[in-house]
Amino acid sequence: MAENVTARVRAPREASAGEVVSVRTLISHPMESGMRRNGDGEVIPRSIINRFVCTLNDEVVVDITLEPSISTNPYLQFEAKVTESGTFNFTWYDDDGSVYEESSDISVS
Amino acid sequence: MNTKSKIATIAVALGMAASSSISHADEDADLVVNGEIEMVVRTAAPAHLEGAVSTIYSGWVFRSDETQAMQADDFDNPGMLFVEKGEQLFNTAMGADGQSCASCHQSSDLTNVRATYPQWDAEHSEVQTVEMQVRECQTEQMGMEEPWGINSGDMLDITAFIASIGRGQIVDVAIDGPAHETWELGREIYYTRFGQLELSCANCHEENYGNRIRADHLSQGQINGFPTYRLKNARLNGVQNRFRGCVRDTRAETYGIGSDEFVALELYVASRGNGLTVEGPSVRN
Amino acid sequence: MSLTRRKFVGTTVTSAAALAVLPNLSLAEGAGEAISAYTGGAATSDTGITLIAPEIAENGNTVQIEVSAPGAEEIIIFADGNPNPNVATFKFGPAAGSQAATTRIRLAGEQDVVAIAKMSDGTFAKAVSNVKVTIGGCGG
Repeated sequence: MAENVTARVRAPREASAGEVVSVRTLISHPMESGMRRNGDGEVIPRSIINRFVCTLNDEVVVDITLEPSISTNPYLQFEAKVTESGTFNFTWYDDDGSVYEESSDISVS
Repeated sequence: MNTKSKIATIAVALGMAASSSISHADEDADLVVNGEIEMVVRTAAPAHLEGAVSTIYSGWVFRSDETQAMQADDFDNPGMLFVEKGEQLFNTAMGADGQSCASCHQSSDLTNVRATYPQWDAEHSEVQTVEMQVRECQTEQMGMEEPWGINSGDMLDITAFIASIGRGQIVDVAIDGPAHETWELGREIYYTRFGQLELSCANCHEENYGNRIRADHLSQGQINGFPTYRLKNARLNGVQNRFRGCVRDTRAETYGIGSDEFVALELYVASRGNGLTVEGPSVRN
Repeated sequence: MSLTRRKFVGTTVTSAAALAVLPNLSLAEGAGEAISAYTGGAATSDTGITLIAPEIAENGNTVQIEVSAPGAEEIIIFADGNPNPNVATFKFGPAAGSQAATTRIRLAGEQDVVAIAKMSDGTFAKAVSNVKVTIGGCGG
């Protein structure tokens, strides 16, 4: 597991039925591309977040494949359509098998 | 050689161009972070700069629209990831005595720290940076045998936290009294040419700010935004590490991080920004 | 415009810098093959998709891009000049509020960023945006 991973999400807590809301996520991760070499000339092994999934009440909002060309500390912004109260689940998948999860509740008024 | 031809020589050596054909920074923009923290990004220079520059500018002013926007919202600013880590560290017990920073300090009492450091420490008879103060707490109050390195990840995180709670405060480091001698040393270093390129801080950041150094838009080298998240290395960067990078690029042997010379330079450069606001962690290229 | 000496110096240096990075660019195979593999060689429309990228990126390590293709099932992003041109694939599910996304990417020098949307009717739409990447003042 990459050391000390911190994930942040920003999604609204409230929305009206049918509203389209903006969701932003940021996770601290080196996104080592596998193309760099260390001081001894050895290739530093690839170690990236390779997939991110956001669901709302178990329905997929986005399912994103990330490649080494994504910047360090991956930032993702997208929109969700909210029809009823529920929970956003956010999952990041690391090359090393680690999975990082966050969630955020939203209530529809 | 007159001053103008000297500058031209430097311009050629570094590929510095006065052309603004690729300028895309909005130099008149104002910075309000999260719609609530109003920053002073340009203001009258402090009195001690009379005859050198009349207006001081935050480095934010010289960045592209996209980079400027990243600092205007804490969620867009990746430096804030490390502020969160720093806040956790602030509340984490460390050292033999099981104390955390929070055992003695309310973070709300530390809002003026970033704006007033480096400052004179009477007990130790020296000018101290924020990092030196943290290390002093760790060894003298918290019973840590090995304090954090000045440029370590933990130190950058906690100083980013300390800066973040002081954002919007006006930088006001004292340059008179017992700190004055150190300040004078810093001033001397600022105007001394270093390295094979024979460049002083002033050659770029006082005489040529606003011009291009190759494709880069030269700032005044203000440090009110440190520690800063650089797009270049995608992590927090400390002030003295930045000094080291600059001096190295003049092709000189550099002073060490934590050296008396860099502490003096940090005090002097901080004082050139008296009147700007604390922005750390800022976003820079 | 009148060409002053200072401007001339600037132009020359910029050109020299551009030449200096060319060998790197030639190492990359480009995104052509990957794009053909994705579309199966099908023609791409140049409408129905919008790609917003800076004309000049201040640093190639962190370049924010935004893509939007109403009605798309997925959008794939390529960086034509990167050693590995694949950047990201966005699949939009039933709870998506739009077929749009923003992310930050790495660009190894000036190049075209290519976005291709796979529409729900099986057709493809493509948008291309050239991004110049500035070279730092001293150390790069």
